Amino acid sequence: MTAYLKLDHIDKSFTRGAQVSEVLKDIRLTIDKGEFVSIIGHSGCGKSTLLNLIAGLTKVSAGAVLLEDKEVDSPGPERAVVFQNHSLLPWLTVYENINLAVSKVFGRSKSKVERHDWIMRNLDLVQMAHAKDKRPAEISGGMKQRVGIARALAMEPKILLLDEPFGALDALTRAHLQDAVMDIHSRLGSTTIMITHDVDEAVLLSDRIVMMTNGPAATIGEVLAVPLARPRRRVELSSDRTFLRCREAVLKFLYERHRFVEAAE
Amino acid sequence: MSIQTIEDTKVKAFPAKPAEVIAFTAKARRRFEPLAIAGKLASALVPPIIVIALMLVVWQIACSSPTSSLPPPTQVWNEAYDLIAHPFFDNGPQDIGLAWRVLISLQRVAVGFGLAAVVGVALGALVGQSIWAMRGLDPVFQILRTVPPLAWLPLSLAAFRDSSPSAIFVIFITSIWPIIINTAVGVRNIPEDYRNVSRILRLNQFEFFVKIMVPAAAPYIFTGLRIGIGLSWLAIVAAEMLTGGVGIGFFIWDAWNSSRLPDIIVALAYIGVTGFCLDRLVAAVGAFVTRGTTAK
Repeated sequence: MTAYLKLDHIDKSFTRGAQVSEVLKDIRLTIDKGEFVSIIGHSGCGKSTLLNLIAGLTKVSAGAVLLEDKEVDSPGPERAVVFQNHSLLPWLTVYENINLAVSKVFGRSKSKVERHDWIMRNLDLVQMAHAKDKRPAEISGGMKQRVGIARALAMEPKILLLDEPFGALDALTRAHLQDAVMDIHSRLGSTTIMITHDVDEAVLLSDRIVMMTNGPAATIGEVLAVPLARPRRRVELSSDRTFLRCREAVLKFLYERHRFVEAAE
Repeated sequence: MSIQTIEDTKVKAFPAKPAEVIAFTAKARRRFEPLAIAGKLASALVPPIIVIALMLVVWQIACSSPTSSLPPPTQVWNEAYDLIAHPFFDNGPQDIGLAWRVLISLQRVAVGFGLAAVVGVALGALVGQSIWAMRGLDPVFQILRTVPPLAWLPLSLAAFRDSSPSAIFVIFITSIWPIIINTAVGVRNIPEDYRNVSRILRLNQFEFFVKIMVPAAAPYIFTGLRIGIGLSWLAIVAAEMLTGGVGIGFFIWDAWNSSRLPDIIVALAYIGVTGFCLDRLVAAVGAFVTRGTTAK
């Protein structure tokens, strides 16, 4: 059986003048359809670079990203990204922001009415239909991120890429959005890759957690499967033994075996 | 004694008709408060009126001696009364009201500035978008933009062999530089995130230009347009003085040649007010178009 998404011996280095800095080295990972995978690591370990490589926003130096056995080297709507700072266009309303994506992706295949229904369905999915005519400046950070997720989902992507989607939010809003993402994942079964630096978030949401070693030349240190049944409820899980064991494993990896980031700073 | 009487009347007045008093204030607040509006208007209008009045008085005193070379305000009012009171008269080809002349000048500005806006935004987008276009074009722009508007006039007269297109060309070449430069800065400042969004959506060059670049750079573009319209109004008056025709610039030159100093002063007031209105117009359009863009 071939993997849905395959990261095949990926290296990435940036060249600035004569200086070559190696960011990622020998990344090997396969992800199945419908899987929710988190990538966790200390800041500066290149996890956002890895996401950009999968998105095609930056090019690999060596190796390849294979989606359904086809190499991807440029960005496209089948790998939709939810950016950390939402990246909604401030001059468009919530509806228009999603419409921009929908009319580009489905401009030919769906009629105008179908497209409208599709936009509203995605807004409903993130419970933002009530704010469809508001501009991004008029809604809260959590709501903007919901719209960002709706925009990504509206492209009907093969893979949903979340780049620290909840990093800029307060703890309560973050919990609400995590629940929303879990709910959407269980309903749509979308293959999802999420960058995070929050251990609880990674364990709560993921089927597998990919732990990155520290840079330079970071690579995958360990992959942890999270054998928790879905649907998961955060309150019940907070005392669940499997949850605690997974959490401990990630914490140990990050703070005992790969903690020299702080020493370097 | 007096204090006591006031307090007495107050005490009496309040229980007399309290309901009416409350109803009145509620109504007034819901509609509008004429007093507050009048106050705001007064605070905006009174200071400039006082300043203008003072300037007129000083001018009158300074120019009222018989040996004075410039006319005082009273003389301007008397001799140029026709121009002030009837901006729209029309007595044949060279004898028309100042409003007509301003409109003719504005027409030229509209054509020249309109062309400059279209070409300037396109060139600015190119320079902002492509590092090589910037390296090649930016030095040229930086040198050409310092050339004074009228220095272009002989060359454009030679090229177009007619005064009207030459004047329009001078407007164009004067106002295009700030539009190009501001657009380029705006395009260069488009956040990387918006570019990433457009790349993920696979917007083509045209879609990116219309849907991302222009709205994202709109605040910068309108800054350029506002500087540009100011410059073109400066340039048209100077250009018309030299090219002739029926514009407001030529009117001043003509008045100077026939020693009608009061007419010149009235024309200056027309030019100033028109320039002010143009500036505010572009600013208002900019504020309307970019609403929501600047707030993040």
